[in-house]
Amino acid sequence: MKSKLMDLNDSVRYFRDGMSIMFGGFMGVGTPPLLIQAVLDSGVKDLTVIGNDTGFPENSVGPLIVNKRVKKVIASHIGTNPETGRQMIAGELEVELVPQGTLAERVRCGGAGLGGFLTPTGIGTVVAEGKQEIPVDGRKYLLEMPLRADIALVHASRSDTVGNLQYRLSTRNFNPLIALAADVVLAQADEVVETGEMDPDCVMTPAALVDGVVKG
Amino acid sequence: MAMDTKEFIARRVALELNDGDVVNLGIGLPTKVANYLPEGVDITLQSENGFLGIGPVTEPDPALVNAGGQPCGIVTGGATFDSAFSFALIRGGHVDACVLGGLQVDQDANLANWMVPGKMVPGMGGAMDLVVGSKKVIVAMEHCAKDGSPKVMRQCTLPLTAVHCVSVLVTELALFEFIDGKLTLKELAPGVELDQVRAKTEAEFAVCGELKTMQVA
Repeated sequence: MKSKLMDLNDSVRYFRDGMSIMFGGFMGVGTPPLLIQAVLDSGVKDLTVIGNDTGFPENSVGPLIVNKRVKKVIASHIGTNPETGRQMIAGELEVELVPQGTLAERVRCGGAGLGGFLTPTGIGTVVAEGKQEIPVDGRKYLLEMPLRADIALVHASRSDTVGNLQYRLSTRNFNPLIALAADVVLAQADEVVETGEMDPDCVMTPAALVDGVVKG
Repeated sequence: MAMDTKEFIARRVALELNDGDVVNLGIGLPTKVANYLPEGVDITLQSENGFLGIGPVTEPDPALVNAGGQPCGIVTGGATFDSAFSFALIRGGHVDACVLGGLQVDQDANLANWMVPGKMVPGMGGAMDLVVGSKKVIVAMEHCAKDGSPKVMRQCTLPLTAVHCVSVLVTELALFEFIDGKLTLKELAPGVELDQVRAKTEAEFAVCGELKTMQVA
């Protein structure tokens, strides 16, 4: 297997205006700061960003929102980044709020080749608006659709040179899910070890899914 | 009463949890419940960002935060996982109880706690999944809003988190349970009269034959 190690500057060739970006992380924990900075520095705009939350103005994907690079957010929570709410209310930014479990499962379906799933979450709420309700064994469920993106930006705690990834503690969250659900997967890894040093039983995202690894 | 309102509510909620329960505590008042568990009640706290076994911070680790994004610890015997697994635990009925705050609860066990149109639109986070999937949903909130308006309603006026989901409602005045779908007053706080609760509650409710005084942990 070939090394996937790359220079941060080489990531720029994957970024373009109007693309959709999935990012790992929960309030920034598990979001790759170097890759987000690279997106910002590349100057691309009109992005759709998909992840759990929009972090804070200074971290996670916050800087992309503050700098007006984003036209649409799909997330479960935007409350910790006041700029997201401000742009939404001003009509400058489209925000689709999705229950966290539904968001995770939509991404999982997108990565798993499934056409959607049925969930009881959201029945009787604004989340159900415009969606098909399907009864199963007398209980109502919402049909929720899969989500995919052009690129996924993951933050691994550890990678080997070919791109097998591990995530420590609560940094895992959406990272292994988005690594299945995007056409291109770039990882920032805190630590890079020689291939062979990682126990195959402990790999959380297999190298076959990963296109490039940036150390940092 | 020496303890403040929120502490009183948290101490009463603590008695609703059973030894061995897997429990998800919301941010704010619900988080305090963990401080007041009775002797012999050992619960496992679930954090929807991906682990079982929230504990006190021992050595701060930037890779470990709770669902409020705050540094936390993980107990010996804890386990980590991804967000899809986390919500499989939640929706799949593997969480025995969740404790959340509320903006409004109505007599049909509907809960509104995630947005105030035009004012507060933070997003629902994991709340909608938690109240749909947990076996027991405990709402811990102050009985009335700051301006005195009722929060225990005939029908919620704010956007719902979920329908027919609340099991138990604990306020500083009273404890209600939904029994066969009917809002039922079971306990009054020490020194609180039934008429006071009626005056501050818009919802219609039944009164349990054996009305008790709220005990706290």
